[in-house]
Amino acid sequence: MSEVLLKVDNLKKYFPITGGVLGRKVGEVKAVDDVSFFVKKGETLGLVGESGCGKSTTGRVLMRLLEPTEGTVEFEGQDLTKLKAEEMRRMRKEIQMVFQDPFASLNPRHTVEKILEEPLIVHGVKDKEERKRRVREMLEVVGLNSYHAKRYPHQFSGGQRQRIGIARALMTKPKLIIADEPVSALDVSIQSQVLNLLEDLQKEFQLTYIFIAHDLGVVKHISDRVGVMYLGRLVEITEADKLYENPLHPYTKALLASIPIPDPDLQQEKELLKGDLPSPANPPLGCAFHTRCSACMEVCKTTRPELVEIEPGHFAACHLYNK
Amino acid sequence: MTQAPVLDVKELKTSFFSSDGEVPAVDNISFSVNKGEILGIVGESGCGKSVTSLSIMKLIPQPPGKIVGGEILLNGEDIVPASEKRMREIRGNDIAMIFQEPMTSLNPLFTIGNQLVEGIILHKKVNKKEAFKIGVEMLKLVGLPRAEQIMKEYPHQLSGGMRQRVMIAMALSCDPKLLIADEPTTALDVTIQAQILSLMKNLNKKLDTAIIMITHDLGVVAEVCQRVIVMYAGKVVEEASVRDIFKNPKHPYTVGLLESIPDVREKKERLYSIPGNVPKPGAIKQGCRFAARCANVHDRCFVEDPPLYKAADGHHVRCFLHAAGGEN
Repeated sequence: MSEVLLKVDNLKKYFPITGGVLGRKVGEVKAVDDVSFFVKKGETLGLVGESGCGKSTTGRVLMRLLEPTEGTVEFEGQDLTKLKAEEMRRMRKEIQMVFQDPFASLNPRHTVEKILEEPLIVHGVKDKEERKRRVREMLEVVGLNSYHAKRYPHQFSGGQRQRIGIARALMTKPKLIIADEPVSALDVSIQSQVLNLLEDLQKEFQLTYIFIAHDLGVVKHISDRVGVMYLGRLVEITEADKLYENPLHPYTKALLASIPIPDPDLQQEKELLKGDLPSPANPPLGCAFHTRCSACMEVCKTTRPELVEIEPGHFAACHLYNK
Repeated sequence: MTQAPVLDVKELKTSFFSSDGEVPAVDNISFSVNKGEILGIVGESGCGKSVTSLSIMKLIPQPPGKIVGGEILLNGEDIVPASEKRMREIRGNDIAMIFQEPMTSLNPLFTIGNQLVEGIILHKKVNKKEAFKIGVEMLKLVGLPRAEQIMKEYPHQLSGGMRQRVMIAMALSCDPKLLIADEPTTALDVTIQAQILSLMKNLNKKLDTAIIMITHDLGVVAEVCQRVIVMYAGKVVEEASVRDIFKNPKHPYTVGLLESIPDVREKKERLYSIPGNVPKPGAIKQGCRFAARCANVHDRCFVEDPPLYKAADGHHVRCFLHAAGGEN
């Protein structure tokens, strides 16, 4: 359980802003800015944050679907950022991704069999019968039937399509699955089916998950540890229970307070976070959150707080705790 | 309640006609909204909640859709047979609506002021200058800073939360009696959602506008609504006060829905999940529409469609399990 599977250090992804007739670079969007974390074997790390906080970009950079600007990503001791394209392609057998939109991430012109077979072809399973057998097995594993193999994506409902997306990710028997908002497009009753499936599969295949979502309830349910991101930076990371019971960073506190609670007796006047998310192209100096923070001090406006361990296993980036 | 309700929907049925025949999206639903009340309509996609709201506004695209039967009484006037001219007077003046997507419901080519003033001039019969003044007042009311400047800005210059505030200002600018909010916070982040919900609650208190809040998020319902109707496959399956829905849900679907939400307060070992999928509208012709997914199903459920039974005062359930209270 304690073995580290993935270790991310000082990961950065800057997107250039170009302007003018010549398309010169006039600025940068710091989508992911100096993010470090690790994922242990067999655990689920949740990444939460509001839109534009860089959580999806982080997921994509880990897979090298986007090239990182700086930093290292170590998977089982091997630095993924240094791999050549072909080596990385082979490495993706071990790291797979589940996407948000089950309507857009499946090719409408391919049968389910073809969709699920493709990862096997790419990763060199030559025997056709073997591939077909594994497709049928996998369909049963994710709760569909083997006769579904001949159907097309449009013949399935949203929840079933997401099961196909999960099956596709599992075809190569990966060790790590990066799930980017896998349930946010689904209805509540279907969402819980898919969450349960993900948990069952984790037990069955000893999978490690990075679970990216904006829904704090979902993240708490599925995660062992949770990282909170704000404007490209990781502001707090710790075990799920600790984060929800004893949040340290003011942003985490505000985020937790904003969730509507499905219980009419527990409604209290909340302290609302004022203002909007600043533009990631022009983030505030110092602590990125200082413009909306209720505990803002002078130092927050000038110096960026580092992510430090405040309690054992509980990291936060906030000057309040830097004594 | 002694006061007449603002809106009284009686046995409304809205169908869509396709090559496969008639598909009833909303099937005989009845409910009322009282003055100053916030009524929640919850359900999953395809349950007919948006069609209900569009029917009230009479914005159902026709063809293929049509209000086939029932009455929609707005302050006592049945608007189902009303002419398009009359509807134009009603929309904005008596009922206003805000939509899910604040990005697409504003015209990107006109300034905020231009779009906001248009309705005010039409409905309030004032000149441009006065309308502008009212517009600025409205923007201030919904908590937008630098209102005068925003009047001159274009939608793309505002954030999602600000755009939704503009939409609310626009909807409320002619003091409607009823505001229909169709998933107003679904496209927004949680911190912004909390701002918008608190704004809507405050405006409801301040202006005494009745609100129909259509949402799939039970958390939102608990936060803002006083009464709730739960819809499933075009029918109302349960109607009750917010407390009763959350503390004492009766219909197996409502129970299942509440059980399947991951809660931030406590970690459940395993989430409950309702087996199967939401049926397509019109797919189930006979019996209770939830029967195939229900844990407490009887033989009777597949043959007979249960009526709404009374479970308690103001609490109605469409389920044979609660037949003891008598039909409503």
